[in-house]
Amino acid sequence: MSAPTALKGGRLPLVGLRVHRRPLVVGLLVAAACAALAVIALGTGDYPLTPAQVLTAALDPGAGFERTIVLEWRLPRVLAALAFGAALGASGAVFQSLTRNPLGSPDVIGFSTGAYTGALLSLTVLTGASASFSATTGSATGSTGGGVSTTVGALAGGMLTAAAVYALARVHGSVQGYRLVVVGIAATAVLHAANTYLLLRAQTEVAMAGAVWGAGSLSLVGWDDLRWALAVLVVLLPLLALLSTALRQLELGDDAAGAHGVPVERARLALVVVGVALVSVVTASTGPIAFVALAAPQVARLAMRGAGLPLTGSALVGSLLLLSADQVAQRFASGVPVGVVTVVGGGVYLLVLLLVRGRPRGRGAV
Amino acid sequence: MTRARRRRAALLVLAAGLVVAVWLSLAVGSRQVPVGAVVDALASALRGGSAPVGTDASVVVDQRLPRTVLGLAAGAALGVSGALVQAVTRNPLADPGILGVTAGASFAAAVAVGVLGASATGGGVWAALLGALLATVLVQLVGASAPGSGGRGSPVQLLLAGLALGAVLAGLTSALRLSDPRAFSALVVWESGNLADRGWAGLEAVWPLLAAGLVVALALAPALNAVALGDDLAQALGARVWLVRVAAVGAVALLAGGATAAAGPIAFVGLVVPHVVRWAVGPDQRWLVACCAFAAPVLLLLADVVGRVVLRPGELPAGVVTAALGAPVLVALVRRQRVPAP
Repeated sequence: MSAPTALKGGRLPLVGLRVHRRPLVVGLLVAAACAALAVIALGTGDYPLTPAQVLTAALDPGAGFERTIVLEWRLPRVLAALAFGAALGASGAVFQSLTRNPLGSPDVIGFSTGAYTGALLSLTVLTGASASFSATTGSATGSTGGGVSTTVGALAGGMLTAAAVYALARVHGSVQGYRLVVVGIAATAVLHAANTYLLLRAQTEVAMAGAVWGAGSLSLVGWDDLRWALAVLVVLLPLLALLSTALRQLELGDDAAGAHGVPVERARLALVVVGVALVSVVTASTGPIAFVALAAPQVARLAMRGAGLPLTGSALVGSLLLLSADQVAQRFASGVPVGVVTVVGGGVYLLVLLLVRGRPRGRGAV
Repeated sequence: MTRARRRRAALLVLAAGLVVAVWLSLAVGSRQVPVGAVVDALASALRGGSAPVGTDASVVVDQRLPRTVLGLAAGAALGVSGALVQAVTRNPLADPGILGVTAGASFAAAVAVGVLGASATGGGVWAALLGALLATVLVQLVGASAPGSGGRGSPVQLLLAGLALGAVLAGLTSALRLSDPRAFSALVVWESGNLADRGWAGLEAVWPLLAAGLVVALALAPALNAVALGDDLAQALGARVWLVRVAAVGAVALLAGGATAAAGPIAFVGLVVPHVVRWAVGPDQRWLVACCAFAAPVLLLLADVVGRVVLRPGELPAGVVTAALGAPVLVALVRRQRVPAP
């Protein structure tokens, strides 16, 4: 509906190599806020520590018990929040750019739900998997997905959902953002139904663990679960950085991108694969966490005032959002899963945005 | 085929479908009851006799009859409210669920039952209705007060407002439940969106509201025809657009809120049915509203029957089945039509 905004402000993304001051300053500020919040998060809990104590404990090998608390108990969760938030934010930026639609985020178009379905399938259907599930997830309180089979299941589920949504939204060789969102909402509904079916059919223990996990929680992320996810993210995020130029070009439209030598279809496919993989890894580890992928790119765009959706900025804002949400979940919400907090916070954010600005400004209309 | 013929054909098909759906709903389940026995049971119940517990007749009259009537009432309410929402927002993809109605109902019911200790079939129903009303009004206000919409609210803003409020309320509901699982166990059944085991209680509380909503909807249909032409033209034709819109939103809250209160959140019926009906009978709101009132119960009852069959000996909630059945229709719609970006 609205004109392409790529040219707004007279800056072509093509010459975006010039470093603009505002994005850099905002990016550094957000990163600093992440670091500060991380120190605070490492210091809070049943055994409170001051920021100074946290830093000593982290840096001094002789710090003893406090070092165990900080590095073994709390660091995995904080790292998970930072890394998963970045992954969600970056993935959201990729899909919102590709669909040119502020609602085109992976959680709205069904990829998170699909990844959850894949993980549930691998838990409940594959033989022996349920046993390893209860083993990796530990005892009653809740669970992280963990486990290789769950991760593979989530990846496959996310990918298949993406392929199906993309294929169904494709009419006469073109995918319109609006159609993609509607197909995605439909896919989410079907997958949600499938998830309910799987949970009702499963054995009680598996179903309960799966249901808690379904709310999206960081509560039991330990080093064992995290190592896998971090290894994948360490590969994926730089890969995305390599693809970012192509993404900027695609924002100008397929024709323009093609004219600048971007292999349009291949670039888009690569971006979709990386974007889905990012979301799937997070979902496999924590369960679906909503709204971070939706909100982070828009917040980053708002703060940085750039033309497109900034990838690095979205990742940083995603980290900050998820870490803050997890702190809220732990401190003020009596330990509810972080996914609940992000849903509430994201919804309020959307409402405020609607009241203040009419609708989230994005590339093109809904 | 002329439009008039098409409409008559559609009515015939709907009537036949309704009979079949009602019969299936009464006969199919873990105990299969033959047609003759169903008729006998209903007849004897009408004469005032109550069948001994555990017999075919008792299953039909005490369990499946309330379930079927609930399906009829809730289905009709959801279908009609969907038609109204789509007419008012001029958005072919609008659905009462998307506009926050069901989320408001769920949240209010959770507060009433879980926190205040109301019973899920008594006070909870009223709370759900109130929640639906409040959420509907709130979504309308947020959607309409957005700057740049001239105080009316575009379909996009309404949808986004509904999505946002729905997320907030759903999140708060699950936070409440997780903080005190035992207090909220009463809600699990209600929240699954099904017709089973609800008896007559929920329906007794909401049927006057559903009836009022249906009457308002039918009365509004001619005015909605005018509104569909656009606000300016509607005004020129003498319709008081603002009033029509307020009345329609009120009817949606009564219908969708009442249905949700009685049967739990059931997705996609309000979205899909008006589309299929519009394809059959055309855009005239009078026919649309009337036919939706018959078509939606068919869908809901069939979904309920499918839910009884696929997970034997357990049951899949009807709301889950309607989502699985409705979503492909949505996909087909968006592929077939060139839905304009609103």
